[in-house]
Amino acid sequence: MKLDEFFVTGEPMIYAADAAIAMTVIGIVFVLTYFKKWKWLWTEWLTTVDHKRLGVMYILSAVLMLFRGGIDGIMMRMQLAFPGMNILDEHHYNGVFTAHGVIMILFMAMPFIIGLMNVIVPLQIGARDVAYPFLNAISFWTFFMGAMLFNLSFVIGGAPDAGWTSYFPLAGKEFSEGIGNNFYAVSLQIAGAGTLMTGINFFVTILKMRAPGMTMMKMPMFTWSIFITSIIIIFAFPVLTVALALMTLDRVFGTAFFTMANGGLPMMWANLFWIWGHPEVYIVILPVFGVFSEVISTHSRKNLFGYKAMVVSMVGIAFLSYLVWVHHFFTMGNSPSVNSFFSITTMLIAVPTGVKIFNWLFTMYKGRIKFTTAMLWSLAFIPNFVIGGVTGVMLAMASADYQYHNSYFLIAHFHYVLISGTVFGCFAGLYFWYPKIFGHTLNEKLGKISFWIFVVGFNVCFFPQFFLGLDGMTRRMQTYADNLGWNGLNLVSTIGAFLMGLGFFVLVVNLLYSAWKNKRDTANDPWDGRTLEWWTKSPVQAYNFAVIPHVKEMDAFWHMKKRNETEIKAEDLKPIHLPSNSGVPFISGIFWFIGGFGLVFEWMPMAILGLAGIFACMLARSFDYDPGFYVKVDEIKKVEGITGGDK
Amino acid sequence: MAGHLDKSLPLEYQEEQSRLNILGFWIFLGAEIALFSTLFVTYLTYHMRTAGGPTAEELFVVKDFMIETLLLLFSSFTMGIAIFKMRNNDLKGLLVWFVITLVLGGGFLFYEIREFYMYAVHEGATMQTSAFLSGFFTLLGTHGLHVTVGVFWAISIIIQLVRRGLTPVTARKVFIIGLYWHFLDVVWIFIFTLVYLNGLVG
Repeated sequence: MKLDEFFVTGEPMIYAADAAIAMTVIGIVFVLTYFKKWKWLWTEWLTTVDHKRLGVMYILSAVLMLFRGGIDGIMMRMQLAFPGMNILDEHHYNGVFTAHGVIMILFMAMPFIIGLMNVIVPLQIGARDVAYPFLNAISFWTFFMGAMLFNLSFVIGGAPDAGWTSYFPLAGKEFSEGIGNNFYAVSLQIAGAGTLMTGINFFVTILKMRAPGMTMMKMPMFTWSIFITSIIIIFAFPVLTVALALMTLDRVFGTAFFTMANGGLPMMWANLFWIWGHPEVYIVILPVFGVFSEVISTHSRKNLFGYKAMVVSMVGIAFLSYLVWVHHFFTMGNSPSVNSFFSITTMLIAVPTGVKIFNWLFTMYKGRIKFTTAMLWSLAFIPNFVIGGVTGVMLAMASADYQYHNSYFLIAHFHYVLISGTVFGCFAGLYFWYPKIFGHTLNEKLGKISFWIFVVGFNVCFFPQFFLGLDGMTRRMQTYADNLGWNGLNLVSTIGAFLMGLGFFVLVVNLLYSAWKNKRDTANDPWDGRTLEWWTKSPVQAYNFAVIPHVKEMDAFWHMKKRNETEIKAEDLKPIHLPSNSGVPFISGIFWFIGGFGLVFEWMPMAILGLAGIFACMLARSFDYDPGFYVKVDEIKKVEGITGGDK
Repeated sequence: MAGHLDKSLPLEYQEEQSRLNILGFWIFLGAEIALFSTLFVTYLTYHMRTAGGPTAEELFVVKDFMIETLLLLFSSFTMGIAIFKMRNNDLKGLLVWFVITLVLGGGFLFYEIREFYMYAVHEGATMQTSAFLSGFFTLLGTHGLHVTVGVFWAISIIIQLVRRGLTPVTARKVFIIGLYWHFLDVVWIFIFTLVYLNGLVG
């Protein structure tokens, strides 16, 4: 391979990206060296196994990826603002919409949620850590390296450009010759492995590490949502693993799974992809249902209405999520009976979802509602998500879908679902739990400004797309003719996209401003919280809880406060065991990257080197008998500010 | 912290972390079932799509896959004896039966690689030939890769057993690889039925 094939060339925007990446790297290295922070970075972050720090790194990565994916979205909207624009050529446009989809779903929504659950779930169930802290670090680094590998494709080697669904035969070697789609197959594989491990980790954590007295039906709703999500992950992600492995074999080793020749079946890819892909949609939506439940209940100062119905609905959604995948290809020649079956199962999902919507509304009924930014995001979610849900039922009618399929109507539908669900939920969770993570609240005024700009922008951007879709504009179009009647709506939509970008910008300003100015929260419990995470100090101590709470009822902390039982007594303190930091997860992540890079470029010696490194890391872990360490009682007293007690 | 042992529990269940690890491994096997199910469905989708290349009936040799089956089934049996020896606190017996298991596992791999070699080189039936063979080599290759990983994993545990003796931690490691090994055996029973027997019936 020649050097000019290795680096992507020919577009001024690519050179700008090259320059930006180089500047950022130099900037980071300079800052770390200048402030002598290398050792700090290594000991405090790169080798950490603390679930709260891993959560912070997940969220940070997710916000960066939201920026990257958002820029992709804005570039697309600029290209479509007027007919005949020439900002992105066809090839570049294909790469941009592929990256936008992959990044937003897999490298923004997933890690944002996994970040929130990493920080909050062990705290909500009164645990000292997750079940497997070391594995948790491995999960993070595989996700991170997968994301980096995918992002690299834009400037090195060539971007994948067959859409985020990468349908065959388009995504196969015959029609996508370069290595772009190898990036897709390999980087998703690496990140997916990490996600599967996270699923197992949180399943066991929630099942086995709850504080004494916390039965399953006394768990906070966010923890419930993560429990269900973990089960979906455990059964959905192996399918993705297989699908991507077969894709890799087809592309790199010339097998015949999804080819047009030698007996391959391109539709098999569509089936495998969506058997994973549809549950994936619920993997990113159920956790934010949990977030909204916590935020709405706390801000209405009431317990959640219909707790049991909420749990049953989530189980129902999880079950149904596996029975609907064919609705993604109603128009690809299934028999009427197959289409009918999947049409009905798809519509059924609206039932448990509707139950949940009413539960949130009834939770607010007669509550004393506080309108903080976190609550505003949760309130905005309800009507917008209903628009997404109702249009979803419209799409679920197989015969009508022949009209909407792959049109902007669909684009508008799933952005209404995923943005007003997942993104609003991530923002609500961020504002809600930010003081727990960093010890200070975010600025409410800036928060509300950012909220209004973003929500208005979101509706301005996506509502017109319903009409564009009904007028016949299909997705993934790079440009359109002047006389189709689409000009005005497209321009409005683009203005909305810029408003969303502005809203995000204000959010980032808020993060920086609040870190600098906002009052440090000494109360640890700024929203008058109901669940156990608000009992801990902000930011949370390494060991989470000085003493493990005994839970008697749901919303444990709320009742503890009412009974004045929140004080920690010195005589209850015992030494606390914690796991040691380890460099192995990070190093193993680097080998995943090396191996993945080799496989993408079809350089087998490099791929084998990476694989050998991964196995070496596993052996190193197996031979490591480090027992961890104990935090002494005196130290706990000092951290907690407790005096007295002779122990 | 193996201060004193709880007599009502086997060695591998003594510590809280061990109990968590064993449960987690069961869940991992649940994910593995999903993985292998997907591969089986893929294989069955393709197994008639030979695209003019050799068919299952033409390729499969009863003697070869029977030898593989017996080696792997016996290795699962000897793994069971190894765990039994461990429960009796017999380190030497554990090591002996563990090594026998590995020899049988190695024998299985030898015959499987030989079978692949015969197909690919002598019959010209590679994984590129047809969708059927892509599915065959991927399903069996994934299983074989799991066995290979298991062999190396077991060797590393044998070294740890020799170095540290039978402790709650090493016992847990032996127990977990035992689960893994039996799981691979179960998968093989499905391969035996759905791939080989089904292939001969045509």
